[in-house]
Amino acid sequence: MAALDQFLAMGGYARFVWPAFGLAVIVLGGLLIESVVTYRKRQRELAAAEKLRR
Amino acid sequence: MFHLANPNRFMRWSAQLLPWCAGASALLILVGTWLALFVAPADYQQGDAVRIMYVHVPSAWMASFVYATMAVASAVALIWRHPLADIAAQAAAPLGAGFTLLCLVTGSLWGEPMWGTWWVWDARLTSVLVLFFLYLGYIALVNAFDDPSRGTRAGAILALVGAVNLPIIKFSVDWWNTLHQPASVFRLGGPTIAASMLWPLLIMALGFTLFFVTLLLLRMRTALMAAKLRALRLQQSLAA
Repeated sequence: MAALDQFLAMGGYARFVWPAFGLAVIVLGGLLIESVVTYRKRQRELAAAEKLRR
Repeated sequence: MFHLANPNRFMRWSAQLLPWCAGASALLILVGTWLALFVAPADYQQGDAVRIMYVHVPSAWMASFVYATMAVASAVALIWRHPLADIAAQAAAPLGAGFTLLCLVTGSLWGEPMWGTWWVWDARLTSVLVLFFLYLGYIALVNAFDDPSRGTRAGAILALVGAVNLPIIKFSVDWWNTLHQPASVFRLGGPTIAASMLWPLLIMALGFTLFFVTLLLLRMRTALMAAKLRALRLQQSLAA
């Protein structure tokens, strides 16, 4: 546990290092999720519209 | 190149390329993060705060690289009126804004413990803030017109004019006295940082680049599907 505590403490810079990595996860993850969700939505809409045409 | 840029051909090759880009990007970012947090040494002056570099520097590179991509795509759109070029520029903009935001906030989180301040209005920081507003302005402008083709054209012109900011960002640390350090990786005479820090940095940067390529292709495909959908609906409303 001491090793984990030491790792999480980041030599006293925990309150700067972890928010930086956390924000990276939020920003990149947010872009990824938004892109994939919109992609799937268009795919479904297009499939429905093409079915209607036939 | 224009051969591959035909929309139907684009849909085919991008579908094949996407899983490879996505997989490689995920792998590189995971390995890069592991190296950054566990393997790379703490700096002899900065301690563990130096680990912020592995997010800050790649996102700063991407902020400029994505804008350059957007400016080139906009030039192609204005000169050759290629249909995929506008789509590429518009798909890139939110990604570039995301990288720029990440660069600014992680820079702030690094500046406070190292410089003793979250923010200074010096040349490097201010020119990157301008870049962030250029992205937001581009997105707002493209969506501001009832006629989408006018918005697209106005956006392309803004993206091109805004490109003058890129050399200002790059050389701001040499032209002005700034708190920000000058380039230490891409410089004449080779990088000045230790290999144990350079490798994680380059792996992370390649991961970020492939992450951008993956989402760019995905968002372009989304836009092409939306265009096809509009055409289909128009046909249906005319037939009804």
